[in-house]
Amino acid sequence: MNAASVWLLIIGLAAIAWLSARARATLLEKSAGRLATHSRAHYHGAYVALWTLLPAALFLIVWQNVSPALVTNAVLTAPEAASLPADAFSRSTVLSEARSIATGHAQSAFNPQSQALVAPYRSAITRYDIIGAVLTLILAFAGGAFAFTRVKADFKARTRVERLVMGGLLLASLIAIVTTIGIVASLLFESARFFSMINPLSFLFGTKWSPQSAALGYGAEHAFGAVPLFWGTIFIGAIIAMLVAIPLGLMCAIYLTQYARPAVRQWMKPILEILAGVPTVVYGYFAALTVAPLLRDFAVAVGISGASSESALAAGLVMGVMIIPFVSSMADDSINAVPQSMRDGSLAMGATKSETIKRVLIPAALPGVVGGVLLAVSRAIGETMIVVMAAGLAANLTANPFASVTTVTTQIVQLLTGDQEFDSPKTLAAFALGLVLFIVTLLLNIVALRVVKKYREAYE
Amino acid sequence: MASTASTSPNISAPIKMAAQDVNVFYGDKQAIRNVSIDVGMDEVTAFIGPSGCGKSTFLRTLNRMNDTVASARVEGRITLDGEDIYSTAMDVVQLRARVGMVFQKPNPFPKSIYENVAYGPRIHGLANSRADMDVIVEQSLRRAGLWEEVKDRLQDSGTALSGGQQQRLCIGRAIAVQPEVILMDEPCSALDPIATAKIEELIHELRGKYAIVIVTHNMQQAARVSQRTAFFHLGTLVEYGVTSDIFTNPREERTKDYITGRYG
Repeated sequence: MNAASVWLLIIGLAAIAWLSARARATLLEKSAGRLATHSRAHYHGAYVALWTLLPAALFLIVWQNVSPALVTNAVLTAPEAASLPADAFSRSTVLSEARSIATGHAQSAFNPQSQALVAPYRSAITRYDIIGAVLTLILAFAGGAFAFTRVKADFKARTRVERLVMGGLLLASLIAIVTTIGIVASLLFESARFFSMINPLSFLFGTKWSPQSAALGYGAEHAFGAVPLFWGTIFIGAIIAMLVAIPLGLMCAIYLTQYARPAVRQWMKPILEILAGVPTVVYGYFAALTVAPLLRDFAVAVGISGASSESALAAGLVMGVMIIPFVSSMADDSINAVPQSMRDGSLAMGATKSETIKRVLIPAALPGVVGGVLLAVSRAIGETMIVVMAAGLAANLTANPFASVTTVTTQIVQLLTGDQEFDSPKTLAAFALGLVLFIVTLLLNIVALRVVKKYREAYE
Repeated sequence: MASTASTSPNISAPIKMAAQDVNVFYGDKQAIRNVSIDVGMDEVTAFIGPSGCGKSTFLRTLNRMNDTVASARVEGRITLDGEDIYSTAMDVVQLRARVGMVFQKPNPFPKSIYENVAYGPRIHGLANSRADMDVIVEQSLRRAGLWEEVKDRLQDSGTALSGGQQQRLCIGRAIAVQPEVILMDEPCSALDPIATAKIEELIHELRGKYAIVIVTHNMQQAARVSQRTAFFHLGTLVEYGVTSDIFTNPREERTKDYITGRYG
């Protein structure tokens, strides 16, 4: 009996439990009267069905994870296993081959010893499957029967079901949190391995980044100075992109909230939102194939030295455009959150619209705008595709926007693409970079949300 | 028509603002019908009437605050010292500097008390120096009856004051621009009785320096603070006259019903 049919079976049992408990509760309701019974019939049905399904399902999940080990142990005690090789590696090779044949994933054995183990494997699998199925069904029946005996007029099935629903929802929300914790843990673990090979100080404050030469073994200790990467990230994401996104986003929000007629606003806002939905790789093309060559030609024409076809400016400008919708929608929200009475108060004193915006609306909305900008920065420095395509790979520590710089995310991509061994500092450096990026964006987000929240409280 | 008949009750004060046959529409809905009224110089004029009678709407036509409502449309002629305020020659920004406004809910800016008062003078360039501005701020706050309470904490936020103080700050802020007319839209409706009494006292003190138009739900308040009272009902001006006449000897049946509390 395979797992799928056991699952179907317990689901079927749960359905039967639901129907029978509901029927019983309906009878109770008829004899005692609707108001004398605490819960409606379908709540009793759901309660019994859940008791039938959940314990059995939990057991089945656990069993499916435990049984392979039990099967292997059983096979190892079989007489055919006596001739297995002693060393762990070849032993497990033979065992897994035998298992593949036994479960039908492989046709014939490469190793004659495996062939001999197929029969004991098959019987062990069958045995444990039957044990599992029987135990599951017993649990399903026991759970169902226990719950069924509780179907009484005064039993609070409705409250119990409510509690179970809440538990289910809690579980669902925990999954995202647990995943995040897992991600952080893996980052921390791999970073710790990296920092056991490379001094964290020389990583955080070193100015020379050349992981490729480190891979060849020359002075690995000093090849992982990440300062040029941090600088490149800040230069592109927090300086150039923000120089574009903050003024344009803010002006856009002011126009949309204060000047645009409703008809104009109606079509302009969706278009801005589309801008936020364009895949970043498309921006990447645009930056690499259109903007970067234009900028290089311009730089060459006016005689700026160090101009490269992959420039910080190209990546930063396009990233800034990409960020405009974030800034403008945050600014839009916070300007709209400033009470109408503030605007009226200012207008009634004879201030013009732009004086009102400059002196009342923007100062009042500023915390919200700052929060939006911080969120935009954290988004910009974590952005990968545009910089991979347009910013280049050379780890230059330069303030020339026409030169090529590289960023944290670009280097992570470089370090992890292709075949890699996961025990060299070159590969592990990607995790250390990821950790730094994670911490910085996390802090930015926390600060931004605090700022936004504080400001919201001020007006509500 | 009753409204035209009651345009100019027997008052002696010269006319500051005059409205003739004013109609106001919000989209297709007419909020004000053929209202004609004169506002006397250096007097307090009260607009009373049940909720939704159009008195606030009409008040907002006097400094063109209805311009900020996209669907609002004003017909008729309103003059300030004989100048048509809806003509193209009239600069709405200048108009609002001359006709100040205090709102129903106190709405100080989220700035310091000082900056709240300095806001208007700064925009209109009324002060040449920091010292000038200090004088304007002090005078305005004194006139608003708030100076003694806040003189030691001018840098505190205006929003940290109590409701009544906030409303007096808003009055001080309006005074700082040196207006000729002050419109008050139910200035006490969000305040407790003590704060209300202070505002009423303040209105008494301001009378004679400014033409004041006050919209109120509170008939006792109208009787206490105003020299003339206009009764609005369903968008029309029912009766307009000397306050004591309106309250003791109303000519119209509807006015009588309203002030005796039969409806409203």
